[in-house]
Amino acid sequence: MTPVLRTSGLGKHFGGIRAVSGVSLALARGARHAIIGPNGAGKTTLINLLTGMASPSEGDVYLDEVRVTRLRADQRVKRGLARTFQINNLFPDLTVLQSVLLAVCEQRGVAAEPWRPLRSYSEEIAAARAVLRLLHLDAAEDTVVRQLPYGDQRLVEIALALACKPRVLLLDEPAAGVPKGQSQALFRAIAGLPEEVSVLFVEHDMDIVFRFARRITVLVSGSILTEGAAEDIANDPMVKQVYLGNRR
Amino acid sequence: MNSARASTRARPLPWQEALFWSLLVGGFWLWPKHLALASQVLISALFALSYDLILGYAGILSLGHAAYFGLGAYSAGLLATHGWGEPLLGLLTGGCCAGLAGLLTSLLVVRGQDLTRLMVTTAIGLLLFELANRLSSVTGGVDGLLGVEIAPLLGVFRFDIYGRTAYGYCLLVTFVVFLGVRRMVHSPFGWGLRGIRDNTGRMLALGYPVHRRLVALYTASAAIAGIAGALLTQITQFVSIDVFSFNRSAEVVVMLIVGGAGVLYGGLVGAAVFTLAYHYLSGWNPLYWQFWLGAFLIAIVLLGGGGVLGAYQRVSHLLRRRLERTAQA
Amino acid sequence: MISSLIGVVFDGLAYGMLLFLISVGLSITLGLMNFVNLAHGAFGMLGGYVCAVATTHWNVPFLAALPLAFAAAALTGVLLERVLFRRLYRGSPLDQVLLTIGLTFMAIAVATYLFGSQQQALHLPRYLSGQFSVYRVDLNIYRVFLLAVGLVLTVALTLVVDRTRFGAAVRAAVDNPRVAEALGIRVALVFQIAFAAGCGLAGLGGALGVEVLGLDPVFPLKYLVYFLLVVAVGGTGTLKGPLYAALLLGVADVAGKYYVPQAGAFIIYAVMLILLIIRPQGLVSRS
Repeated sequence: MTPVLRTSGLGKHFGGIRAVSGVSLALARGARHAIIGPNGAGKTTLINLLTGMASPSEGDVYLDEVRVTRLRADQRVKRGLARTFQINNLFPDLTVLQSVLLAVCEQRGVAAEPWRPLRSYSEEIAAARAVLRLLHLDAAEDTVVRQLPYGDQRLVEIALALACKPRVLLLDEPAAGVPKGQSQALFRAIAGLPEEVSVLFVEHDMDIVFRFARRITVLVSGSILTEGAAEDIANDPMVKQVYLGNRR
Repeated sequence: MNSARASTRARPLPWQEALFWSLLVGGFWLWPKHLALASQVLISALFALSYDLILGYAGILSLGHAAYFGLGAYSAGLLATHGWGEPLLGLLTGGCCAGLAGLLTSLLVVRGQDLTRLMVTTAIGLLLFELANRLSSVTGGVDGLLGVEIAPLLGVFRFDIYGRTAYGYCLLVTFVVFLGVRRMVHSPFGWGLRGIRDNTGRMLALGYPVHRRLVALYTASAAIAGIAGALLTQITQFVSIDVFSFNRSAEVVVMLIVGGAGVLYGGLVGAAVFTLAYHYLSGWNPLYWQFWLGAFLIAIVLLGGGGVLGAYQRVSHLLRRRLERTAQA
Repeated sequence: MISSLIGVVFDGLAYGMLLFLISVGLSITLGLMNFVNLAHGAFGMLGGYVCAVATTHWNVPFLAALPLAFAAAALTGVLLERVLFRRLYRGSPLDQVLLTIGLTFMAIAVATYLFGSQQQALHLPRYLSGQFSVYRVDLNIYRVFLLAVGLVLTVALTLVVDRTRFGAAVRAAVDNPRVAEALGIRVALVFQIAFAAGCGLAGLGGALGVEVLGLDPVFPLKYLVYFLLVVAVGGTGTLKGPLYAALLLGVADVAGKYYVPQAGAFIIYAVMLILLIIRPQGLVSRS
């Protein structure tokens, strides 16, 4: 089975700093793959490289074995790659439904139509509502994003990415900043992600990692330390030393 | 303090809109001696509307929008001096020429940061002014084109000295364009623009080809500015390189801020307030005008955004809350 | 041919140096506080008028009037910063543009009221007027003086920025204000001083420039484009960037007007437009 997302020797340097170097990883179809590593390991830079928000100093990114290294961020989204942001990157003055509608309209190719009012696009509105239902956000559809609790805003992040109908979903620390009390909804959301979507997520929160990841890649100082099935990584003494400390 | 932030709740109620346009139509009877001035207001309003598209909806701050106004004005003017005086043809040509220029220049303008864009647009405006100045054999320079003769509208309505035909013409064109822009603003395209203005990065991450959309918007804005310019030439039967001036570019910014950016009617209201104020106040003493205009701008910024319409909204919001409170008491 | 070329380049460099002196304050304001100050030219105008009034009415010698111009502009800058500008640092660029344009309009109106709308004449001391010849090239003495003063000031500025603690504080604050604050650097104070210095330099540049750029009430708007171009092309955050941009702009403008007078200011706008397109981040950018 060809990997749905693959990198070969991906690297990014800023002057003398090597944020990411020699990263070759492969994401299988339908995977639940976590990337963990200490702070500053280059995880977010890696996500930026994968999505096209940063251009690599070396190496390539392949989506379904098609080289996408030179493609812009929006072009990669059109090829099925969507992401969420570590810090909420939303539209504070739009409602939840309006925000997701933006994504849905673009995905369905009607976003450039300048003539009919948005409210007449019933199919797109229905599709947007479906995404919200999946994430149990439908009750909040008319709430302005700025007024949502932080945990719900994190869910809107995921909703926006899902509305792009991605084949590969990159989650950048989905639990970041979410108070413990609101994390249930987040767990439910991640568990409810469609099986056919391949998920690559960066996370610090080990609860989430061990709850959802089937494969784990450990990134340290921009390079891959080791990689394998979740249970193996959990028991790997080297990883424990570098990162997990004395847990588990 | 965000004078450019469009309030998504700022939709005027249908009765307010009907009243507004009825008032304008009633201008034939309400201000029959000032139809020429009223036409000027409408033209400025159209220009301000075109500017609102790029500033209020796409967040592009430009100090060179007069470039497109001027191109439209001169297209209509040159067409007329060469024998094609039919107004609608001139209007169409003006819009197309300006739109084409907008398309070409948009590729320069939509990339880059705020300051770069400001500089690029200012440079484009100044460049066109200089160009028009140097080509004074074609443009007539500061003295303007001679022999701009405009044929009767649709072959029937002669442009009379009272300015009645001109006023009706301007009103019709403004209304039609306004309707078109309004539809666009509420369409998926318009909403996408709002998203781009509020969070460009996120739109890219959603797959929006942001630059392409901005190019389309900028082109439309330039075309409308061109139409406004063509109107000016046609109703005054005159055009000089003044139409490209930096002052004109700067004025439209002020008009939009005075009225409120991003709320469509803002440009119309701002243009009215500004043009009327200028007409009546600058007569006294140009120094006073400049000084108080400056003070006014500072006051507007310090007192919070939204311009006249924003203020109107805040007042009506306050009144509504007070009514609710007394009803509850 | 060559001598006129040298003359043109020399003139252009002097002119560019003048533009740099006036614009460096704008670069500081933009780089340090992200504040678009379109009224910057007004400080130049203030310095120019102070110098003119001092030399013609109070019989202050020219060289002594220059520091006066600096001081007047710097003090006005401090005042305006405390009263007005400070409130807008977190505001949108549009608000800043509007406020500063409003201020410019007011300044122009006041200047017209006080001094009339004609060009202000300045009586240069005799030792600064005239020309002298070097290898069959006629060099204007005042231009030489400008270049010399400009070089001295540029070197002084560079020394302050690179070698003093204050300079280090400025650099840190430009780079990352939050961290600088956390390290104990009082960013607001650093900025005030830097801003005052920038305004003072603008005033000095305005005074020095009366002879070259002219001085009338519309000075702030007339040359605004040039100042903005220097900053946009030169980038903010370095001294070298605006310096190169200003010199380039000066030479291009003088050369354009000399060799292709029919094109007028067209050339300068075209050159700058091209530069902005090729390098939107400025000539010397900090990566």
